[in-house]
Amino acid sequence: MSKKHKILLLDDDEHMLELYQELLRQLPSKPEVHVSNSGARAIALLESEPFTLLITDLRMPKMDGLQVLAIVRRKYPHLRIIVLTGVLDEEYRSRAYAQGVDMFWQKAGSAEEFQLLRDCVESFLDREVHGEGGFRGMQSKSLVDLIQLECLSQSSAVLHISQGAVSGRIWVQDGEIIDAMAANFTGEEAFKEILSWKSGHFELQPAEPDHPRTIHHSAQGLLLDSAQALDERRGQQAAADAPGATEAGVAAPVNSTLAPLARFEGVEFLLTMPADEKAACESWGLENPRDVATWARAAHQRLRQLGEKVGAGPLAQASGFGLHWHWALSGNDQKGLLCAGFRRTMPKEKVEQTMKHIFTKWIS
Amino acid sequence: MDIVKKKTSTGGLQRLPTGAFTVDAQGRVISSTVPQAVPAALVRDIGQCVVAVFQGARKVNMTFTELVAQYATFNITAREMRGGAIIFLSPKAPKWVSPA
Repeated sequence: MSKKHKILLLDDDEHMLELYQELLRQLPSKPEVHVSNSGARAIALLESEPFTLLITDLRMPKMDGLQVLAIVRRKYPHLRIIVLTGVLDEEYRSRAYAQGVDMFWQKAGSAEEFQLLRDCVESFLDREVHGEGGFRGMQSKSLVDLIQLECLSQSSAVLHISQGAVSGRIWVQDGEIIDAMAANFTGEEAFKEILSWKSGHFELQPAEPDHPRTIHHSAQGLLLDSAQALDERRGQQAAADAPGATEAGVAAPVNSTLAPLARFEGVEFLLTMPADEKAACESWGLENPRDVATWARAAHQRLRQLGEKVGAGPLAQASGFGLHWHWALSGNDQKGLLCAGFRRTMPKEKVEQTMKHIFTKWIS
Repeated sequence: MDIVKKKTSTGGLQRLPTGAFTVDAQGRVISSTVPQAVPAALVRDIGQCVVAVFQGARKVNMTFTELVAQYATFNITAREMRGGAIIFLSPKAPKWVSPA
């Protein structure tokens, strides 16, 4: 039996709700279309039953669309979201994308625009039936698919890919991969690093024809090499993984899951706090991990809630710089929190970049 | 033909705050260059959050003098100052994104 999709429409304008509800009900997949005229009610509906897609306006009284997005993206990371708005300000468009929406759509003003929107929504629903996970941009695709598509069509573009707090770029010129950049890596190393990310978001940006070329291998060769490197890395990881986590407060053994993270330059201590607060933390190089874990959880929660209040989007990283050491803190709803300490002589930018890299390695 | 009249103003949407302000050890705002359009309660909440993070860190020997909180579209930078802090609010510049 095929799954019936549920769409939730959020707009403070009752006429709009009625119009779009009717329009979306006529889609070939015949989705159930629910409506809400306030952010609070939309969140309550999302809590009560699973939805495939949320279509939301931005400008609404009390809780605006960006505030709704901040909460919804955190609580329902797999929910597809389309912003449908009359607000054409680039700042809001950029902020909506930064908060992880799948598409930003101007409210339809003509029959052709309505048709385009219908096609787009139907395509989203179709993707949900045929594929899971992958990279989220205009639609869900694997990263290898995306790169192959760009290369086969002899396109020129810059792929901007982000996974959590870390991001990378791949430059494609006339179907050839000419350069890549991710965290501390450049060129082929960066390309391989990006391909090791299991999920994330992508944006297709305009080509930069004058960008210098650092990669000279063919795209297919690079993809093959990267796949091989990934296999090797998985093998090494499986061999290195120690069974189970240690009790909170006990320094991790050399072969623990923290060992690969501790090898990054300048790292002085590490503390991982699982999303389930009752589960054991794991630490390395800290004398008082229990106390630090309590503080780190509270600080992260405070700063995250502050971001929601301000409408600033998800908290990517918090970092502190002191006379004795520096530290950085990043979180992921599924995995939990990671706090890392760094040598006090390390420059700020290096601390932030290294933390991004460590965090990506940890969550993947 | 316009079927639906579009709302194009950004009316009710809240802009990200920008500017700098100082707070004392209790998180009270002492001086501020943040525009008056930004609700005072929001500025106070930011100040209190920052002070609480600094004070909590001191209790567990994680003392530091500068805090940077990076959000998707916004940065908060705070420097400790005699128990209080000076706090800088800086929205990130909008990035170009592909048309849908």
